[in-house]
Amino acid sequence: MAAATKMRFGVIVFPGSNCDTDTWHALHDGMGAPVDYIWHEQRELQGFDCVILPGGFSYGDYLRTGAVARFSPVMEAVTAFADNGGLVLGICNGFQILLEAGLLPGAMMRNVGQKFVCKYVNLRVESTDGPYTRAMQKGSVLSIPIAHGEGNYYCDPDTLDELRRNDQIVFRYSTPHAEITPEANPNGALDNIAGVCSPSRNVLGMMPHPERCTDPMLGSADGRMVWESLLGAR
Amino acid sequence: MAKARVTITLRKTIMDAQGQTVEKALHNLGYAGVTNLRIGKYIEMAVDGADKGRVDEMCRKLLANPIIEDFQVEIEE
Repeated sequence: MAAATKMRFGVIVFPGSNCDTDTWHALHDGMGAPVDYIWHEQRELQGFDCVILPGGFSYGDYLRTGAVARFSPVMEAVTAFADNGGLVLGICNGFQILLEAGLLPGAMMRNVGQKFVCKYVNLRVESTDGPYTRAMQKGSVLSIPIAHGEGNYYCDPDTLDELRRNDQIVFRYSTPHAEITPEANPNGALDNIAGVCSPSRNVLGMMPHPERCTDPMLGSADGRMVWESLLGAR
Repeated sequence: MAKARVTITLRKTIMDAQGQTVEKALHNLGYAGVTNLRIGKYIEMAVDGADKGRVDEMCRKLLANPIIEDFQVEIEE
């Protein structure tokens, strides 16, 4: 338990978010961290150290995933917060919103298999440089579930070069033995990319759901590694 | 009021998995000679004045994602 931490979390609730309570529970009950909900109409993020955009189907995924949520009143505050070095984590639909908002590079497309995929996947930790993965081992494999229909990450070749050069690719879909193969790619994502961070490393987007595996009772506790990294508990 | 019609498709350089699946389904139904099938979105709206530039701007800001999509705007007075 990292009960002594001073890091204060905020979980944004958009109309159609559905992983907000799981995220709150993982942080509050799993990690003993102070956490509050932030309604999407709020325009201030004072007092928070880390703001999380949770999974779900904000605005019914109308038009494109994240396309409408990206203009929610709170997003201006999120952009200013990120610009000032605040920690912003987008999980699944939250990642999609950060892409639409231009806080992270690239875009999400429909899964190559056209299906909604809900299962545990293996993720290879590509970078431990940053607040979200510093408690992890580079090259280690985490088992964390995904649940999405639009997780097929895309960016143009120049952007991909830049992501590689700046060590911004944080997670890639892999086999349990840390091999990056097409078979290990659940959605057709470019270069098996499952998570990317901003050049300044304070904004992270990831498709897998760490909040769904914070307790061994749920099948895996690998998601804890994200929170432990953030809380500096290790 | 003018009528604006917006067609949005995935950019040519991007693989359209949905389009490929539907194209294959047409082949299976016996429709040979169908190629380059691409699926997109169609949006129509009534707008004050026939200002194509303004609708283009709406496309860049919200209606399309220029990273993966192309758009075409037609205005009917």
